[in-house]
Amino acid sequence: MNLDFSVVPRMTDLLLWGVAWTIVLSVLSMVLSLILGAVFAVVRVSSIRLLRWPVQGLSWVFMGTPLLLQLYVVYFGLAELGLNLNAFSAGVIALSLHFAVYNADIIRAGIQAIDSGQYQAARSLGVSHVQAMRKVVVPQAMANVAPALGNMMIALLKESALVSAIGVMELTLSAQRAISQTFRPFEFYLAAAALYYLLNLVLQQALRLIERRTTLTR
Amino acid sequence: MDFDLMQRVWWFFAEASVATIYISALAIVLGLCLGFTAALASLSRLAVVRWPARAYVSVFRGTPALIQLFLLFFGGLQLGLELTPIQAGIIALGINIGAYMTESIRGAIVAVERGQMEAGRCLGLSHAQTMRRIILPQAARLMVRPLGVNSVALIKGSAIVSTISVTELTYTAHRFISSTYKPFEMFILAAIFYLVIITLFMRLIGWIDARVALED
Repeated sequence: MNLDFSVVPRMTDLLLWGVAWTIVLSVLSMVLSLILGAVFAVVRVSSIRLLRWPVQGLSWVFMGTPLLLQLYVVYFGLAELGLNLNAFSAGVIALSLHFAVYNADIIRAGIQAIDSGQYQAARSLGVSHVQAMRKVVVPQAMANVAPALGNMMIALLKESALVSAIGVMELTLSAQRAISQTFRPFEFYLAAAALYYLLNLVLQQALRLIERRTTLTR
Repeated sequence: MDFDLMQRVWWFFAEASVATIYISALAIVLGLCLGFTAALASLSRLAVVRWPARAYVSVFRGTPALIQLFLLFFGGLQLGLELTPIQAGIIALGINIGAYMTESIRGAIVAVERGQMEAGRCLGLSHAQTMRRIILPQAARLMVRPLGVNSVALIKGSAIVSTISVTELTYTAHRFISSTYKPFEMFILAAIFYLVIITLFMRLIGWIDARVALED
């Protein structure tokens, strides 16, 4: 046993930098994945097959392959096809798309659980289909499935560690940088795990607050 | 797309799928063992038994699997625990998914009506006997789907062991990229094999679920 945790505080700046980027990356991907997820969900309940099928195909592919592979395709694969993304954007795009597909599944179930009278009432008041969906059906559906979406956001935060594999300087990679300087993997991976755990707790509290607010309105 | 190249190398990906399935299968077995133990422990009346199980679930669900894998493999090496990459991969994946499976199993046990336990106890069975003979068989039906979902997540999650150079599907794609410089084709090929594995596995789960489901 040769453990020396005194090396960890010396790398505080590096680790905090990593925490900051993990937060930026995750929050950005969360927001995008929720918006995209809502759009996918609406498309998946639409009556137009030409719209529905591509999204269905997309969700089959994204649900059936590893996120790590999706990251590689977006970053390395698209570069071969001439689309050069920097690592950060590639990470955000892959994370957002991956979780958008799962969110869409959840929101779709939420939309189908909303009484169809809501939609019909909106339409008979002269509101267009798109507006009825956007202003009446989807907001109610989102509130109902908020806990399930919250679980996805927690998963997203943890899975964001994978973007270290394409070289995004977030928490995992900053721990790796610290290790390459100190040769102390155990201490720094443990520190990174503790920081992720902490971020997770904060996110859970935030989600609890949001849930409480969304349920109060009913 | 270079289909010619894809045709020449696909067999290596088929072989690598066997490695992915092998790693996943062992990790799922490990996860199930841990999951059952921790689920029963977390339902115990004794705080000393309950507490470690709850802590296990909270810690392993609260941190990224990638970090857990690195901690076991690289951190273990530092502490003199010399695991091969494949051993570390299976153990880390198994421990990680075990935490999720604990929740699935616990949820299924809790979902069995309370009266079942009370009736069992009234008939003179012990707590353990009622659990084993009355509750668990009924809970088993309920846990097929959630455990299936956990297992699908694990098969996909097994891609992370490529980062410690275990030769499975994702790592094989990487290896061929460094010799062919065709990332898009190689990753698509790996994706196809994952899709086949996942789709077949989901069929299997659906089949098992249909067989154990109660007709009502």
